[in-house]
Amino acid sequence: MPTAISLRGLSKHFGQVRAVDELDLDIADGEFFSMLGPSGSGKTTVLRLIAGFEEPTAGVIMLGEEAVTRRPPFARDVNTVFQDYAIFPHMSVRENVEYGLRVKKVGRPDRRRRAEEALETVRLAGYADRRPHQLSGGQRQRVALARALVNRPRVLLLDEPLGALDLQLRREMQIELKEIQREVGITFVFVTHDQEEALTMSDRIAVFNEGRIEQLASPVELYERPASAFVAGFVGTSNLLQGRVARDLLGQDGTFVIRPEKLQMVAEAPAEAGRVSAPGVVREVVYLGAATLSVVELDAGPTVTVSHQNTDTSIDAALERRDQRVVVTWRRDHLVSLGSSDPAASPEEETA
Amino acid sequence: MATSSSRSIAMSRGLRRSLGGFTVLVLAVVYVPLLLVLINSFNTDNTFGWPPPGFTLHWWKVAAESSGARDALVTSVEVALCATAVALVLGTLAAMGLRRTRFFGRNAISLLIILPIALPGIVTGLAFQNGFRTILGVQLSIWTIVIAHATFCIVTVFNNVQARFQRLGASYEQASMDLGAGRWTTFRLITFPMLRSSLLAGALLSFGLSFDEIVVTTFTASSQDQTLPIWILQNLFRPNQAPVVNVVAAVLVIASAVPIYLAQRLSGSTAEGLTGAR
Repeated sequence: MPTAISLRGLSKHFGQVRAVDELDLDIADGEFFSMLGPSGSGKTTVLRLIAGFEEPTAGVIMLGEEAVTRRPPFARDVNTVFQDYAIFPHMSVRENVEYGLRVKKVGRPDRRRRAEEALETVRLAGYADRRPHQLSGGQRQRVALARALVNRPRVLLLDEPLGALDLQLRREMQIELKEIQREVGITFVFVTHDQEEALTMSDRIAVFNEGRIEQLASPVELYERPASAFVAGFVGTSNLLQGRVARDLLGQDGTFVIRPEKLQMVAEAPAEAGRVSAPGVVREVVYLGAATLSVVELDAGPTVTVSHQNTDTSIDAALERRDQRVVVTWRRDHLVSLGSSDPAASPEEETA
Repeated sequence: MATSSSRSIAMSRGLRRSLGGFTVLVLAVVYVPLLLVLINSFNTDNTFGWPPPGFTLHWWKVAAESSGARDALVTSVEVALCATAVALVLGTLAAMGLRRTRFFGRNAISLLIILPIALPGIVTGLAFQNGFRTILGVQLSIWTIVIAHATFCIVTVFNNVQARFQRLGASYEQASMDLGAGRWTTFRLITFPMLRSSLLAGALLSFGLSFDEIVVTTFTASSQDQTLPIWILQNLFRPNQAPVVNVVAAVLVIASAVPIYLAQRLSGSTAEGLTGAR
């Protein structure tokens, strides 16, 4: 598959801070690509570099076959959906959506037709004559999307576009955005700090930390096979077993992670091959609706979180487990090894 | 609880009342004399006897026919328009130049732009007279007045535009460029329309400042160029001209109130509209 964007050795320094540090990245044509990371991890800077709002300190940005590294934003075939939408307040919805075509001297009838189409794509047909201040947050977000899509760019950049919406609307828009992306077939590069958002929509996700990519993988791989403790901690919840604990419980050196839903609480250790069991005391029970989280302090030292689907109508049994002794058990092949732990770290500090 | 809260409301009510009274007093001190000027312009007694023995439109007619006053008015309007035009262009450019880029001396330049509005007029006036006549060897004319006025008129435009830029942020212009508009198109279709009301507010304030300026004008005008404030000063102590001066003063009060009012309405917030009004 041809690449839409290639970044080679891309760096951006702000004074002493390396916001983006020697990044290499290829994004395929038609892909829904997410850049996930905490604030300050460099993901937004990468987006702004691709859009042309920042000039890189070093490195090359290729858009298809063209090097666009030093080109101004208006000479790049990418469009951006801004975090604050940046809908022009002195223009109607139609004028906003037509703007890109207008400055490219597309004729009025053609312009109008394409704007109508774009508004239809984002489910805003009939809103063309509204003023921006008459729209809700979700509608503004759709106008911003239509305004970018109408230009049929090679790549659409989205800078945390759902951040300002309430949870319900955000969930709806996640599904809709994915549908729209499939419909138009444009490469989407989506920046978010919300791991759930990234997992829901993306074909591939790059997890950013301190200006570098920690892991680049599909959502399933990212969740099931995190490459580092940072990824394991940032994408979903995970239990970390390392050092002495790993040796005692697993008979193996190294750092291991296991997801809460892979753990089970039972009364007695099952005598089953390929299972690991560890006794402990339930310290906290958190009811989450669909699931219940139990925090268990293992006798071996670490505290682990166990997730349990609430398939019964009553969760009284789970709630009553507080301060009870239980055995936590899991399948050995559900453990993900992060490689051997740093030998320099002192054993005392290695418990999770 | 209930009594204490009602007591605190009662106290704040008393406080509010005395504050209200004080406000009325201050406003009266400022505006009653102005009202007197307006009433005296209709006074039949040309020594302004009080209470007025009768009212007449005679002085308004005399004033309208006074060629000295009319010429002075035309000069004042010309100067104010030209100074405002210069201020609009330079003030906007300065605000844009100092906008996002942080460079060494940025704050110093910003201070230097704003300073003329705080400088005593007599210093500015003397400095310009010296500069024009002794150093540059330029004859004083209407243009020397325009240049001198423009130095402090720029401030009103600069402040208004800068405040607007701060409120708008950069994302609208970035969005425009992102959608394929070059820098000039972005200015024409996005930046300028969004600045328009702040430019108008700055221009109206600038016009008002220049129109009633007297100290700097005295030093930078030639003997032939009389602005309206200078004409008033020169005719004030001529007994037969006094009633006419009153009429002109009344006109000036109204003429300066209108732009300030409009500027306030347009800029949306009082603070922004009046920044830089001295």
